[in-house]
Amino acid sequence: MEKFIIHKGLVVPVDRANIDTDAIIPKQYLKSVKKSGFGPTLFDDWRYKKAGEPGMDHSQREINPDFVLNQPQYQGASILVARENFGCGSSREHAVWALTDYGIRAVIAPSYADIFFNNSFKNGLLPVALSEDSVEQIFKSMKTMDHYELSIDLEQQSVTSTLGEQFDFDIDSFRKLCLLNGLDDIGLTLQHKDAIRAYEEKRQRQAPWLFS
Amino acid sequence: MTAKTLYDKLWDAHVVRQEEDGTALLYIDRHLVHEVTSPQAFEGLRLAGRGLWRTNSILAVPDHNVPTTPQHRGQGTAGIEDPVAKIQVETLNDNCEDFKVNEFLMDDIRQGIVHVIGPEQGATLPGMTVVCGDSHTSTHGAFGALAHGIGTSEVEHVMATQCLIQKKMKNMLVSVDGKVTEGVSGKDIVLAIIGKIGTAGGTGFAIEFAGEAIRNLSMEGRMTVCNMAIEAGARAGMIAVDQTTIDYIKGRPYAPANEVWDQAVAAWQNLTSDETASFDCTVHLDATTIEPQVTWGTSPEMVLPISAEVPNPEEEEDALKRNSLRAALAYMGLKAGEPMNTIRLDKVFIGSCTNSRIEDIRAAASLVKGHKVADNIKLAMVVSGSGLVKQQAEKEGLDKIFIAAGFEWREPGCSMCLAMNADRLESGERCASTSNRNFEGRQGQGGRTHLVSPAMAAVAAIKGHFADLNALSV
Ligand code: SF4
Repeated sequence: MEKFIIHKGLVVPVDRANIDTDAIIPKQYLKSVKKSGFGPTLFDDWRYKKAGEPGMDHSQREINPDFVLNQPQYQGASILVARENFGCGSSREHAVWALTDYGIRAVIAPSYADIFFNNSFKNGLLPVALSEDSVEQIFKSMKTMDHYELSIDLEQQSVTSTLGEQFDFDIDSFRKLCLLNGLDDIGLTLQHKDAIRAYEEKRQRQAPWLFS
Repeated sequence: MTAKTLYDKLWDAHVVRQEEDGTALLYIDRHLVHEVTSPQAFEGLRLAGRGLWRTNSILAVPDHNVPTTPQHRGQGTAGIEDPVAKIQVETLNDNCEDFKVNEFLMDDIRQGIVHVIGPEQGATLPGMTVVCGDSHTSTHGAFGALAHGIGTSEVEHVMATQCLIQKKMKNMLVSVDGKVTEGVSGKDIVLAIIGKIGTAGGTGFAIEFAGEAIRNLSMEGRMTVCNMAIEAGARAGMIAVDQTTIDYIKGRPYAPANEVWDQAVAAWQNLTSDETASFDCTVHLDATTIEPQVTWGTSPEMVLPISAEVPNPEEEEDALKRNSLRAALAYMGLKAGEPMNTIRLDKVFIGSCTNSRIEDIRAAASLVKGHKVADNIKLAMVVSGSGLVKQQAEKEGLDKIFIAAGFEWREPGCSMCLAMNADRLESGERCASTSNRNFEGRQGQGGRTHLVSPAMAAVAAIKGHFADLNALSV
């Protein structure tokens, strides 16, 4: 998993509450055999004029120019700001895969749905929870300038904006450690490589038939 | 030394590391892989630049999406008409080639349902931990193994580390005491167990099935019982090792041989619960009272003996339950008080990882022999669990019995168990099925599934409705 230490990037505002995972990635794309490639269909229903199907050339589809992700000033955004209860609905990990595949490294919102929140950490996506007031301020500030960037410092647990605003956030220490070191479950388990090897050696002597 | 259950012994033998919070790193001996839940796991390894920890622990096979019609099977993956399904199977093939994983391809005689081929090949052995990205992995517990289903993230975790992060489950003993009457199979036993403890009865437990009726089952019957442990809510079901287990394994391709065999057999003798071991929960069933079972609703716990009548929801006192009974009857198109043995059928499916082994096919064939499928049955099919089961059945001439009666004799795969390939029910169609799930839409949108044993399915095909096992002899 990619480490998350400090990330500075352009912010895109998706000014809605209760953005559900169905909206983030519609069900027809779950048939995919991949964990990657969901970026072009992130927010598919909002982003394109007509419903899409897996296997389409999405670059040829008619886009909805009103949706923020399609607006020129937000191209290349890597931080998404939204309102409360982000990621509610179905448990699909595909929602997180769609965000990261698109290039989003962090989401900022007042609150998150549990499963989405957990899934994010497994995939190197940082869900930052700020107070409603702070989120409101970010939305307001964005309207005053064209290229609004945020810098998220995980070590310091703080977010700083181009305008010099600063917001602090809380995060569970274990999750922070995993993200800072780029550790997913697999990465953590692999820290015990030697224990696994030692177990295998002992076991192979006792029960060689398990290893052929 | 404190007395241990079989589950305790299996668990203890596989703990690599115990954390203070109760989680443990558990070593996995055998990893079975199929096309539906593995693609993202392989992709995850690639994205992270990781390899497989122990390639020879993995055995892969496509089963869920493969067509079962001979004309389609002859063409390999080109014969899969659904493009999405085809890609899934091709992806499995490509992944196995890239990562050098042992895979039985679609046209390999050893191909079949993942839970049939593991034991058939001797790839499932007593004392192992066995996982697969599929909930019916509990099947393999019949061999005195600790076997359960896992999710896609965990598939990747096992591929990369050979371990799972787990918390220990509680111990449950289900003892089926006494002898069953003739014709009562492992399927009837397990349906009766689920009827008794409910679909959540085993949640949080590893179930050990024991008692005279379980010991008297063949390995095929034991696999049927453990297969459906998950339908009772338990991720793992298991049965102690005895001579039946050992006889089944001997000589199979992946089983140990020569002096290693003797060493293994000696170790396997210990794979039983100690006499004084204590269980967190114990359930007893009287085998002598178990009749052939038929499910009438949309959950495996909605099950009754063939001699019973469809229950009346209005007699249920709990309002929530009453509503779910009403909904089940409405979905199933049944009326309260209807005798089970008058329910007429449209289709009959003999197959799935629950009941597609040679013994199942023999049991059905012995009843079908000399009869014809009833006129109201639009489709009756037999789908062997593996190419080798099919070959064996053909050697015994069982295919001819089925074909003469009007059954379709298909190529191996999951088929109409979950209707991911072209084999499915149309809306409103009623099916006698030897599979394991009667959920709404499981065999096709609007389809109505009744779970039964192979023998009951065979009789139903001939009579056109459910009937007692001796209905054909009068
Ligand atoms: S036969 Fe049915 S239950 Fe068994 S693995 Fe296939 S789909 Fe799952």
